[in-house]
Amino acid sequence: MSKPKFAMYWAAACGGCEIAVLNTNEKILDVDANFDVVFWPVAMDAKYKDVEAMADKSILLTLFNGAIRNDENEHIAHLLRKKSQILVAFGACATQGGIPGLANLSNTQSMVDTAFSTISTDNPDDIRPQTEYKMPEGKVTIPTLYPAVKSLNQVVPVDYYMPGCPPESHQIAAVIDLVVQVVQGKAQLPPAGAVIGAGNSSVCEECTRTRGEKQIKKFARIQDFKPDPAVCLLEQGILCCGSATRSGCGAVCPKAAVPCVGCYGATDDSPDHGARLLNAVASVIDSRDPAEVEKILDGIPDPAGMLYRFGMPGSLLRASKSAWQYKG
Amino acid sequence: MAQQFEPVIIGFTCNWCSYRAADSAGSGRLKYPPNIRLIRLMCSGRIDTTFVLQAFANGADAVLISGCHPGDCHYVEQNYKAQSRFLLMRRMLAQMGIEPQRLQLLWASAAEGTIFAAEVTRMVEEIRKLGPLNWGSDERRKTASRDEGLSSSVLRPSSSLQGVAA
Repeated sequence: MSKPKFAMYWAAACGGCEIAVLNTNEKILDVDANFDVVFWPVAMDAKYKDVEAMADKSILLTLFNGAIRNDENEHIAHLLRKKSQILVAFGACATQGGIPGLANLSNTQSMVDTAFSTISTDNPDDIRPQTEYKMPEGKVTIPTLYPAVKSLNQVVPVDYYMPGCPPESHQIAAVIDLVVQVVQGKAQLPPAGAVIGAGNSSVCEECTRTRGEKQIKKFARIQDFKPDPAVCLLEQGILCCGSATRSGCGAVCPKAAVPCVGCYGATDDSPDHGARLLNAVASVIDSRDPAEVEKILDGIPDPAGMLYRFGMPGSLLRASKSAWQYKG
Repeated sequence: MAQQFEPVIIGFTCNWCSYRAADSAGSGRLKYPPNIRLIRLMCSGRIDTTFVLQAFANGADAVLISGCHPGDCHYVEQNYKAQSRFLLMRRMLAQMGIEPQRLQLLWASAAEGTIFAAEVTRMVEEIRKLGPLNWGSDERRKTASRDEGLSSSVLRPSSSLQGVAA
């Protein structure tokens, strides 16, 4: 009796998603007991050619974390799509583009310049990465950066979305339980395209802080003052993204006196997380004078980065003009 | 001769003032360029950033948000909310590379058909000079739709999943 096959892959990601899976503690044993792990670069040795040799649709479940940043990421996304029955966009990067998606505010050239020639870099000969290089033994290549970061569903069809940076371990455990039950024929899969392992309300619903009327004269940051531990952070002028962000995490950040940064993305009814967040943030500004509003807005030094911290590629505009017009 | 660029402008107007200003411009037979497509909202405070981004992402060259003068809002103070949103949106759009002229705010009362027509004329010429935005036209921005290609073997009830031991 062969066990169903499981794969997990990281594209443009930090590795936090894998840590979150391991943070499910003994639940990870259920994965081992119920699945045959065939490909998981972080946890075991396997080569791309091993995956290429597998029969199509032979992997039951693939958790794909990370954004699509270069041609290697995209190649593996297509490969795993072909080999998998269920492909899950796992974590903020795969679902929305995540932190790597912030690169969409700049073009490739300016990013490479920043990385290789700014003052903190010791690079006297101004050496730059080349995508291919001729060696006596032959040509060696590295993946080519794309002008704009993409989410997984922008390159291949995705069956389920599991948001979070990283997804909360108790949610991962619940999803593992569900899949195990499905495999055992005790449960049905949710409808295609569903968001799994998350709620569909806002983080505010799970937050224990008291909410009153929000009227803000000044935006502040948590290092600047000691916020009241019982009162809504946004009410205190701290840019908390909870009001426009999907629930499911248990409001862990605001409960720990840190503002929500919006990693669970938009709720089902919103096509653009940052837009909803912008509506909410602008609406709490307590001023009728445009000059004063501008002064208050100076308290948000990087609006695009704040509103789209985890979702630039998955937003309506996706990438800044300088990124998508770049023909490097 | 090269054809003159005709910008597409989406105008969000409020039911009580600016939409009626546009109406009164019409009744008064005032002419303004046909480049603006008006969408009536009950109040400028109904303006959702999603609407503006949706317009740009789908090919609009500019967006006009228009409502009652400060203090005249039918819903007391919602046009101030529109004002704050507009100011924050403009900052965010600038980071995305969208010029500030492409998002404008205009207060116009129901009696100000002349002002509405003159401002729309001015805006159309300003955007014409600025040129097309072409946001949605880039090949690289194309995407696989959510369920395109979902093969029939996927997502059938559990019993038929391939490779699953019975």
